[in-house]
Amino acid sequence: MTYTVLIVDDSKLARMSLAKALSTLHPDWHRVEAANAEEALQRFKERSPEVVIIDFNMPGKDGVTLAAELHESDPTTSVAVISANRQVGVIDRAEAAGAVFLAKPVTEKALGDFLISVLKKRRAGSE
Amino acid sequence: MNSELPIQLTDLQLDALTELVNLGVSCAATGLGEMVHEEVVLSVPKVSILTRDQAIKSLVERGAKQLVAVHQDFEGDIRGRAFLIFPEAKSMELVRALVEEDLSLDDIMELEQEALAETGNVILNSCLSTMANNLGRSVKISLPEVVHGESTEFLTLTSGPNARDTVLLIYINFSVKKRDIQGFLAMLLDLPALAILQQLLIEYIERLTGQK
Repeated sequence: MTYTVLIVDDSKLARMSLAKALSTLHPDWHRVEAANAEEALQRFKERSPEVVIIDFNMPGKDGVTLAAELHESDPTTSVAVISANRQVGVIDRAEAAGAVFLAKPVTEKALGDFLISVLKKRRAGSE
Repeated sequence: MNSELPIQLTDLQLDALTELVNLGVSCAATGLGEMVHEEVVLSVPKVSILTRDQAIKSLVERGAKQLVAVHQDFEGDIRGRAFLIFPEAKSMELVRALVEEDLSLDDIMELEQEALAETGNVILNSCLSTMANNLGRSVKISLPEVVHGESTEFLTLTSGPNARDTVLLIYINFSVKKRDIQGFLAMLLDLPALAILQQLLIEYIERLTGQK
């Protein structure tokens, strides 16, 4: 099964870095990028990604708000919010928005573990 | 592009530097949040590299004339001085967020230096060490020192002020316990340090993206 992953980060470098890790873990998956929440909502409509990875601290709408909106529009989408800001309040809000919190910089292992949990969840859901 | 700078960073290098600062500041907010037992909300940092004179002008233009700063020197592959700067009026607010609410003004004033030094220590250490770790380098950081005065007086290196020194100026807003406290972070680097930083950024980008 080939999935589509949407990467949302205002930093081009951060997007490139995540794209590199994704291409190592799942070279056959499609990657779509967005530099802010507005662009992300547009790409989300166009491509209906199964997985969305969102930076928390972005100009305009923050990552948790975006995660909540995406979760509301399609609860089957797996969303991860990433940040180096590991305050309990941030992690709690990310989880309340239906997202998984991943610490930045995201290691290949942490990303891999998150994607395994996504695959398990989707397989369980389709059974 | 800043034509007055002797070294120009590319857009991707500046992006990488902003991302590094973002990592550093986010870790610092986590540390500060633990100190005040309250969430510290951060804005997206705005990073610019300026000459010393441009940085002073920029601080003054933002109405930040009378300032209080905590500074710490760092050395390793890159040496320089890091500052956490607040408009003087805001520094007491920060102290109030850090200490118990029912302390008298006298007590708060007595604690001000210590609270500022400790806050600066947490934020600057966290920021510098996160940036150094991500660049795969080590950094040695001196003890914090609190100074009050004007921006012109701050932005000097111990080795002697030089108008061509570069300043990595980071604007960031952070609010603690619903108190809006605006702070600036600045790092003063000399020309050789900026050249090394550029090289480290090139290596960092290669490592992260696998692209040359």
